[in-house]
Amino acid sequence: MSTSPKFVYVTLIATTPEKLWKALTDADFTSQYFFGTRLESDWGVGSRYVFRTPDCITNEGTILRAEPPRFLSYTFHHISDEEMRKEPPSRVTFEIESLVDGSDLSGPVVRLTVTHEDFPPESKVFPAISKGWPSILSGLKTLLETGKPLDVQKKAIRA
Amino acid sequence: MNLDQYKPRTVYVTYIATSPEKVWHAITTGDVTKQFFFGRRVEIELQPGGAFRFWQPDGTLDVEGKVVVCDAPRQLAVTWRVMCHEEMRKLPDCLVTYQIDDLGKVVRLTMTEAHQIELPEKMLEGGRRGWPVILNNLKTLLETGSPLPPFDFMSDAKPALDEMKETARKLTSDT
Repeated sequence: MSTSPKFVYVTLIATTPEKLWKALTDADFTSQYFFGTRLESDWGVGSRYVFRTPDCITNEGTILRAEPPRFLSYTFHHISDEEMRKEPPSRVTFEIESLVDGSDLSGPVVRLTVTHEDFPPESKVFPAISKGWPSILSGLKTLLETGKPLDVQKKAIRA
Repeated sequence: MNLDQYKPRTVYVTYIATSPEKVWHAITTGDVTKQFFFGRRVEIELQPGGAFRFWQPDGTLDVEGKVVVCDAPRQLAVTWRVMCHEEMRKLPDCLVTYQIDDLGKVVRLTMTEAHQIELPEKMLEGGRRGWPVILNNLKTLLETGSPLPPFDFMSDAKPALDEMKETARKLTSDT
């Protein structure tokens, strides 16, 4: 049995798969919920992507699978922290399922499942992403449902 | 009561644009829980040792337990025994804890489901499917005034529930 940790987070959002796909892959949109980070790529399989903040590039990786608006997977290599930079890349997967198509008056609902895995034992990245994803994905949900960003400070989630 | 015997197996964290008091009110008020908790009404005596129950919309008893920690509006912990499925009534109760952290304009809500006995992953599937639905409905309710549009949770979850009942039957028939 593997000792490699795995992070799974499920969130339900009142939106369409197409809008959620755009929210995950449009740099102007990601900067509103991802601690100001622009996720930049052409999102083609095999393409490179970067997480760009105003100061630096924090992450880089390769697109492994991209099937809009259902499935997205990329390697995840944190490079702005010296210790984490030494770790081999992990892998993150986004799966989008339509629960309510929104053709009636109630409006659409999608389920987003984020799975982050392939960490080495004693990973330093794993505890960091375990705190990061819930706040980022909570902010994504709020932004899509209310049009307003969620005011969570990066330092607050570490406490 | 010694809580160390309960080992955390499922944790869900969500950040909500609201106040700790509003989260506390939502999780302890039957008229509010019925809007985000699969239609169930909570009945809770807010003091350590107090009775705690969830009632299904048709009046069937769903969950029964006791209040273990009652520190409004920061922490609520209750023991939790599933009563609506005969197979699960004989299982040792679990412990559900809501931790509410005030981050200024946002609240961090952490739900932890902890168990006294080693349970197979299959037995944790119900909580791992259900809690995100409940807590995402709570977040949407508090941020927008209405829960998410309803959807058919059970048709998707039924195979997992059937497997849980079968596993519970085996676990409790050995003892």
